[in-house]
Amino acid sequence: MIPAPFAYARPTTIDEALQAVAAGGEDVKILAGGQSLIPVMRLRLAAPETVVDLNKIAELRGVREEGDAIVIGAMTTHSDVIGDPLIARYAPLIAEATETVADRQVRHRGTFGGALAHADPAGDLPAVALALDAEFVLAGLAGRRTVPAAEFFVDYLTTALEEGELLVEIRVPKHEGWGTHYEKFNRVAQAWSIVAVAAVVRREGGRIAEAKIGLTNMGPTPLRAAGVEAALSGVEATREAVAAAAGHAAENTSPSSDLNAQADYRQHLVQVLTRRAVTAAAGL
Amino acid sequence: MTVTENAAELAPAKEVGQPRRRKEDARLITGRTTWTDNMVLPGMLHLAVVRSPVAHAKITSVDLTAAQQAPNIVAVFSGRDFAEEQGSIPCAWPVTPDMVNPGHPSIAVDEVNHVGEAVAIVVARSKAAAQDAVELVDIDYDVLPPVLDLETAVQDGANLVHDQLASNTSYHFVFDAGDAGTGADTDQAFADAEVVVSRRFVQQRLIPAFMEPRSVVVQPQGDNVTMWSSTQVPHVLRVMLAMVTGVPEHKLRIIAPDVGGGFGGKLQVNPEEVLSLLVARRLGKPVKWTETRSESLMAAHHGRGQVQYIDVAADREGNVKGLRVRLLADMGAYLRLITPGVPALGAFMFPGIYKFPAYRFECDGVFTNKVPTDAYRGAGRPEATFAIERIMDELAVELDMDPLELRRKNWINAEEFPFTTVAGLEYDSGNYDMATEQALELLGYDELRAEQQQRRQSGDPVQLGIGFSTFTEMCGLAPSRVLGSLAYGAGGWESASIRMLPTGKVEVVTGSTPHGQGHETAWSQLVADQLGVPFEDVEVLHGDTAVSPRGMDTYGSRSLVVGGTAVVKAAEKVVAKARKVAAHLLEASEDDLDFSAGKFNVRGTPGAEVGIQEIALAVFAAHNYPEGMEPSIDAEATFDPVNFSFPHGTHICAMEVDTETGMVKIRKYASVDDVGVIVNPLIVEGQIHGGLAQGIAQALYEEAVYDADGNLTTGSFVDYLVPSAADLPHFDTGNTVHAAPGNPIGAKGVGEAGCIASTPAVVNAALDAVRHLGVSDILMPLTPERVWRAIHHGGDGGDRATAGTNAYGGAQTESTAGVSTDASLGGEL
Repeated sequence: MIPAPFAYARPTTIDEALQAVAAGGEDVKILAGGQSLIPVMRLRLAAPETVVDLNKIAELRGVREEGDAIVIGAMTTHSDVIGDPLIARYAPLIAEATETVADRQVRHRGTFGGALAHADPAGDLPAVALALDAEFVLAGLAGRRTVPAAEFFVDYLTTALEEGELLVEIRVPKHEGWGTHYEKFNRVAQAWSIVAVAAVVRREGGRIAEAKIGLTNMGPTPLRAAGVEAALSGVEATREAVAAAAGHAAENTSPSSDLNAQADYRQHLVQVLTRRAVTAAAGL
Repeated sequence: MTVTENAAELAPAKEVGQPRRRKEDARLITGRTTWTDNMVLPGMLHLAVVRSPVAHAKITSVDLTAAQQAPNIVAVFSGRDFAEEQGSIPCAWPVTPDMVNPGHPSIAVDEVNHVGEAVAIVVARSKAAAQDAVELVDIDYDVLPPVLDLETAVQDGANLVHDQLASNTSYHFVFDAGDAGTGADTDQAFADAEVVVSRRFVQQRLIPAFMEPRSVVVQPQGDNVTMWSSTQVPHVLRVMLAMVTGVPEHKLRIIAPDVGGGFGGKLQVNPEEVLSLLVARRLGKPVKWTETRSESLMAAHHGRGQVQYIDVAADREGNVKGLRVRLLADMGAYLRLITPGVPALGAFMFPGIYKFPAYRFECDGVFTNKVPTDAYRGAGRPEATFAIERIMDELAVELDMDPLELRRKNWINAEEFPFTTVAGLEYDSGNYDMATEQALELLGYDELRAEQQQRRQSGDPVQLGIGFSTFTEMCGLAPSRVLGSLAYGAGGWESASIRMLPTGKVEVVTGSTPHGQGHETAWSQLVADQLGVPFEDVEVLHGDTAVSPRGMDTYGSRSLVVGGTAVVKAAEKVVAKARKVAAHLLEASEDDLDFSAGKFNVRGTPGAEVGIQEIALAVFAAHNYPEGMEPSIDAEATFDPVNFSFPHGTHICAMEVDTETGMVKIRKYASVDDVGVIVNPLIVEGQIHGGLAQGIAQALYEEAVYDADGNLTTGSFVDYLVPSAADLPHFDTGNTVHAAPGNPIGAKGVGEAGCIASTPAVVNAALDAVRHLGVSDILMPLTPERVWRAIHHGGDGGDRATAGTNAYGGAQTESTAGVSTDASLGGEL
């Protein structure tokens, strides 16, 4: 279908983009990869007054190293994320999860920052960012601020981004030496996650020293499985211990019921998938 | 070198049997063709259809003013504007004399009966302007309770879809073998039976989901009207539109250009085709309508949609004694072209390949407030095949028999063909045992059975199951007299003509209009062999009623069997005419001429020969041709078979079931199909693969889900899951060949076989994996959730939640309930 008419701006710098957003009127939408925005506009579920397209802003793309973190530009495409050497070394979980996003065509267009700012609870990358304790750098006309992942995801499709702000980069602490795994459950290859689990595990000898577990689609926002993390802290790295800890995965979750799964089934699935994710991440 | 080998070397390579790459594919795959939506005519206007957002309501007011005043709008119409001239969408298959047909307006006038029904039409100078104005049409509805569930709809006191009717039942169709004289008394068979197994199966609604959305262009010129439509059936459409709209048939030309798939979904006279014609006639301007994918899923006809109650009677040794079937078949809100006939056609396939002595079939066609159902790949036969192949497994369980042993005990043996079944069909040829043995070998059956045992004994969380489908189906629709006896409104013949051009090139005109099957390639192969001309010298013309005036088009796996045979018969006539000319030119007797490799030779006179392509030029010049003959060797033929053809085969699925999550995964799939003589093995393989994908999709993925208000939840491909190649296994396919005796090609039809056969094999395999855990049925599609519930909570997996997934911020379609447009879309997308 054909979108309703809209004004269009294509800035080439972040400053220009912020100006364009400010000048765009009541209802401004930011176009990153467009893989979610364009469909809803075509379905006329969104009819923004102005679309600000970030695709020409070179400074928003790419990955760089900065001390104990890597910094991923918000407009870095999924396919660039998958092939990036810094991500492969310091945060391979991001690449692993990104490979499960949609299909090749979508991954060439869709962006890391766009997926995070969209904050679809069935999207794969928010739970990964949460598990990796990423930080979100937001730019506004008044300057920049940094928001930790735990505070970025506020509600269903809602983030800490204020009106007029742009997500410009994501800082991911280096996780060299950690074991990671993304366990995704969906019915067909290109579909969204029904439930998925991101596991980040640091072992010390025969024990699990620390585990960080992000859950996809178990509530209106991505969640950390705090009960599982606590149960894994310092335990012997055995399949049995992991299975016991995974039994806490459904605690404090509030998944939705839809065609793919009703809530109780999601709460069952998340325990199985957490066990599998942690087992793989811990190398068991 | 023996004489035989020498002869074989000299004989021309036969085209039939060659895996020719399809000559039409380059233009289809690269898009270098004119699809209907590519058509641009001078002054062409664009239509957009305003559709009902409610499933069942009286229309209380219609205000078109705002839309009429929008920029670039030419006209806006409501149903009232066409009430007197729109007639009813035709139903060509009144399966019983007292079938109730409430009539099917193309655009609603006073009431709407399903979400997506047309309620207004916007005509604009651009497609964008038309779409913008759709939102300005203001219609008030007095909402009525929707009728959605088949079993509820047929109860006394149920809400009515059509309040002028006495009930929601359109018809009650019965086939009783005892009454028909083709079998024994069914009630008696069940009364005498040692074992009776009864089951209730559900055939979920499916959406054909063809690749190219429907599209129509209409050009009125004087009192002539030309319509381009993405249709399977230009010839049928011409007749029907003439009857519905009153445009005389000879003033109406229909063109189906290259058409991007149909699966039965374009075997229809669509409301939008009627409306486009009415608007073009009213305004005297060319118009175009092309649907969006959301419109297609919501408003193009669906398939399947049955509740099946099936009982099988047997003795303790596993000899079947009787079969009883009762169906509730979902018609949807109205009867379209062959809506009522689809389940009734299935009546003849429920006995499958088994020698039931007694059989009774009853079907109620039931109205609901959903889009109408109609033909979808297999049309009645997949539903029947599913039921019989599922219940044979259930009977095997009841008797503690191997499911294959039970089938062997009851199927028709090779030496019994032709075999008249309890449903009165004469199965033509085949060998069920041979196909089965070959399929077992392809699968690696013994190894997988051993692995299944190991997994069961070790309590592996991933269990393995093996499921069979030993199926047959009726193809080559069809003998006209048989269709007549079934009250179908038309015949099943097909027409072809061959034009020999002066340069020796050949034009073949077929009435069997393709929509992606590869007719141009297969027909060229047939003609190349018949006339002895190069494959490349043959051009196949189709789809335009001015070029190909007579035809019955493509559906029911009929094209090669019926349409291909018409081509062969026309070619035989060309050769017969050419023989007369050759005899004249060679000054020989016709009887002394041999025809081989495109040349007539005088037997015993080396060098005395003339080619059929030279004869074409000679006849064009017409300086020297036999007395008493017209100067033409062109010919046409119409073929009407005397029987259906009956492909058969054995499909075996090995399925892994993850008992912890309910996820099912096909481990291996082997199929051996007997489709008769194969003209092009590449096309046959492609048809089998595509059919398997669609049949597996019914088992595992696809379902048209409506919510409690009658909104189509699966309103986009986010929620209506069509599998891709990534989701399907490798297919191990094979063939046996038993020529069909009913046509000179020996072909049986292949377009639907994979789709008909595979669904029960897949479900049987999943059940075989978890039956020892207490599971005896799981509703289709086998979503992981359903499989998990059936394993851990018992039952059949139960109903799914009817909310759509939250993809695109919960976006479904414009008419789906629960869509939030304001709250959600913060942030970057």
